[in-house]
Amino acid sequence: MANFSTNEFRPGLKVMLDGDPCSILENEFVKPGKGQAFNRVRMRNLKTGRVWERTFKSGESLEGADVMDRTMEYLYNDSEFWYFMEPDTFEQHQADAKALGDAYLWLKEQDTCEVTLFNGTPLSVAPANFVELEIVETDPGLKGDTAQGGSKPAKLSTGAVVKVPLFVTTGEVIRVDTRTGEYQNRVSK
Amino acid sequence: MIDWRPGASQALLLRRAELLARVRAFFAHRAVLEVETPLLCSRGITDPAIEPLCVSGGLSLGGSSRYLQTSPEYAMKRLLAAGSGPIYQICKAFRDGEAGRRHNPEFTLLEWYRPGMDQHALMAEVAALVCACLGEGPWQAFTYRAVFQQCLQLDPFTADLAALQSAARQLTDTGSLAGDRDFWLDLLLTHAVEPWLAGQGLCFIYDYPASQAALARLVERDGHTVGERFELYIDGIEVANGYHELADAAEQRARFEADNRRRQSMGQAERPLDEALLAALEAGLPACSGVALGLDRLLLLASGEADIRRVLAFSWERC
Repeated sequence: MANFSTNEFRPGLKVMLDGDPCSILENEFVKPGKGQAFNRVRMRNLKTGRVWERTFKSGESLEGADVMDRTMEYLYNDSEFWYFMEPDTFEQHQADAKALGDAYLWLKEQDTCEVTLFNGTPLSVAPANFVELEIVETDPGLKGDTAQGGSKPAKLSTGAVVKVPLFVTTGEVIRVDTRTGEYQNRVSK
Repeated sequence: MIDWRPGASQALLLRRAELLARVRAFFAHRAVLEVETPLLCSRGITDPAIEPLCVSGGLSLGGSSRYLQTSPEYAMKRLLAAGSGPIYQICKAFRDGEAGRRHNPEFTLLEWYRPGMDQHALMAEVAALVCACLGEGPWQAFTYRAVFQQCLQLDPFTADLAALQSAARQLTDTGSLAGDRDFWLDLLLTHAVEPWLAGQGLCFIYDYPASQAALARLVERDGHTVGERFELYIDGIEVANGYHELADAAEQRARFEADNRRRQSMGQAERPLDEALLAALEAGLPACSGVALGLDRLLLLASGEADIRRVLAFSWERC
């Protein structure tokens, strides 16, 4: 990979730092009137998700990281890995639990999601912002109660538990915002 | 499609013209002479923290190259030594690799020299000029030592390297950074002192460590040698740098040579010394103070813009 100097650090650039791939979020050039110039760089460690500020001497450079985001179809999981497929090449990738993080809570077979590859291997998985999942367990609904107010926990087919209105019942499909884990609405079948 | 339009609004172009007119009126009123000196110079600056841009093609160069000036200081001192009296200049200056929200590699500098003034008299004049441009307001001045004690509870003249490094690590991830005391002092200044200055309005810092005196005279103050150098910050933005000017040719030569040794140790190209300046100092520079003020930054402050590219007709990226 090419090397990038601090003056080429732009938001979104992926670089290697201390062995981990990182994404540049912000880069500020600071210099006292006379003297050493620095770059204060906010970055995200793509392995751990940690966001922090690192200071570099201006002109220092870092190696670029072979990181890319791909839209893929989720296939299935076995006891160890989750399997994804690139829709155009049918190439399959396996991701481990570490790469999945909490994303497994929102993955339904054949749904599409964003898989970040590092050196060709899944580094992280981001589900679609909205997913539709079936309720497998919740307290019985109150018939005719479609009014506002009141919620109860509901377990979804993936194992995720979300708060739903009282009138929603087991077997129904609901739409959830994966960024907040919030119920949106029922989906007619 | 190519973005050919200026980055600054018409209102800002007017504001710049008005600012230049005010500056010229200020100096005309005080009988300071406007001068011009060359932008292309055969001798560059030795300061290890400043890199010039180099022009190396063209018949007039006769096979050698010239530097785009990083400041008009050397040429203006030659005028002073030749008896010019008080002088000012509005010119372009260039510094390689300096780009950001408050830096453009090409920028407009206002530089002036006042025979007979010490750094405090010149600070008062800088404040008067800034007030003439931005509107009347109060100003304050702190020593370098006092602002470090205020912001970091440490004494920049006595704290050891480990204490400076540990203070820096409280402020940011310092990773693999390594350097001498001045390196860490610079980091603490940019990361802790400048953010504090953001709430202080118009504020001078003066009496810098001797190792950061640049072209300022050295004096003894409370048992420490300090450089009679000052910086003006407005709302935390560094706007001007001034000196009670060093006039001793031998001392000046020694500092240039020390700069070059430092450059060599850090793997930077050494710079040829400006012998014409040294000869002028030898002939006699009148006791004076001088200051360089960034006019683009002053315009930034006058307009309330946050990015220097918004006050330049065509910033580096646009030309």
